[in-house]
Amino acid sequence: MAKKVVAIKDLEYTYPDGTRALRGVSLDIFEGESVALIGPNGAGKSTLLLHLNGILQSDRGDVEVLGMNVEENIREIRSKVGMVFQDPDDQLFMPTVFDDVAFGPINMGFSEVKEKVRRALKQVGMSGYERRAPHHLSFGEKKRISIATVLSMEPEILVLDEPTSNVDPHARRGLIELLNGFDVTKIMATHDIEMVSETCDRAIVLFDGKIAANGDVEEVLTNSELLESHGLEAPILVRLFREVMHRDDIPLRLDDAIERQKRYKI
Amino acid sequence: MKHDFIDKYAELDSVIHRLDPRIKIISFFSFIFFVISTQPPRFSIIFAQPSEVLMGSLKFLFYFLLIFSVILVSKVPLRFVFKRSLVIIPFVLLIAIFIPFLKEGEIAGSYSFASLHLNVTYTGLETLFNVLSKSWLSVLSMLALASTTKFPRLLKGFEKLGMPRVMVMIVSFMYRYVFVLGDEVMRMKCARDARSFGGNSKWHIKTVGNIIGTLFVRTYERGERVYVAMVSRGFSGKIKILDDLHVRKLDLCFMISFLTFLTMIWAVL
Repeated sequence: MAKKVVAIKDLEYTYPDGTRALRGVSLDIFEGESVALIGPNGAGKSTLLLHLNGILQSDRGDVEVLGMNVEENIREIRSKVGMVFQDPDDQLFMPTVFDDVAFGPINMGFSEVKEKVRRALKQVGMSGYERRAPHHLSFGEKKRISIATVLSMEPEILVLDEPTSNVDPHARRGLIELLNGFDVTKIMATHDIEMVSETCDRAIVLFDGKIAANGDVEEVLTNSELLESHGLEAPILVRLFREVMHRDDIPLRLDDAIERQKRYKI
Repeated sequence: MKHDFIDKYAELDSVIHRLDPRIKIISFFSFIFFVISTQPPRFSIIFAQPSEVLMGSLKFLFYFLLIFSVILVSKVPLRFVFKRSLVIIPFVLLIAIFIPFLKEGEIAGSYSFASLHLNVTYTGLETLFNVLSKSWLSVLSMLALASTTKFPRLLKGFEKLGMPRVMVMIVSFMYRYVFVLGDEVMRMKCARDARSFGGNSKWHIKTVGNIIGTLFVRTYERGERVYVAMVSRGFSGKIKILDDLHVRKLDLCFMISFLTFLTMIWAVL
């Protein structure tokens, strides 16, 4: 059994303006998993993510990360949980790429900062961008550097809020491959169902501050009724196989579909 | 969108560009210090002791030649530097133009326009020359600094020279986000232009007011999001920056010779 890295129990959160964003969320995430949080706008995905490194703290419910209580070990947890926000212009706030990627390690008091920055940039395929200014980069490049800014802290859990929003198809493809290349535990909130089918092993449907479904990607994403009743839509392959071809063996990935189609014809 | 109105040409490569930012800050700020502490030529004795007035004026010419040669070496286009340097002149002129008429002293010439009687005094002219030449030389020196140093390095230099980190951080955020905000204004302007046809000027002013208000709210919200991103990476209120500046022999040589020239012009001439 893999180690439990995130344990959330009965978490409730109400924003200061009275919006009840989370109404009793319980979930466990295990080491090495890649988990997608899906759900419509305002379902509480981002709110839930912000609890993972103690940016938001609730008095109702428990959040344990890597076996530690978040409130008591906030500093350590923030270095272990790398949080990548949706808008890279929020994530990249320093005047140069180097300063930004080095910000985490320097604040954490790590040694060999330069080496860590070099390695993080290499991991996201952005070596040689150290001296560049963020405002001269393309959106896709900024997104990659945003990921590097947390990789430089060598996190055990990578948390991403909408990793593929606003990027062009080519950059999106690159990001998906990049994310698939990381072995660390990944938790991402997204609307990009197609990406979920390619990068995640588990999908959690969040609706109205509660967990509506929690299971294997195959199980959740092929359940069209579930997705549609919660403001989502099944991947195009699922709809194609079910609604057009009236098949029961529904694939999630394109290569899988091609394979099945070949076998079907024989 | 591309923006480079702050440190245009800082990407060029030259001896001056490669100098340590601290060295440049010290050198170019001392330049200003030397220039403003130089006695201006006394025009009132122009007929009595013309050589002294000439020498006084020559000092300023040499200051100019010094900064001019630095700019030449830096390969920054001269056209750009001079065009930029003139930006400040109207402001200075606006204040300084009245001085020759208002200062008391020996009269150099007088003019009459109908009932208006104006006297131009030597001391007034001195002050005018003083203000104009010194401000222009100072602007040239700051341009030489800004267009040969990338802004982040400039900030690092200031920080290493003891400028409070909070201030460095504020300026650094300003530099980072002025472009983002610029884009945001541009987008809002586009959205307005796409939907506004005619209308009276009162209506337009109201729209601009709304844009400014929206921009303020968005900036405020962005500030909160940026802060969350900072906190997520271990920011605890104390700003730490990696020290990667090194003063080399060449840097020291530049500074020493630059300061020697300055002292020579200031004291000897």
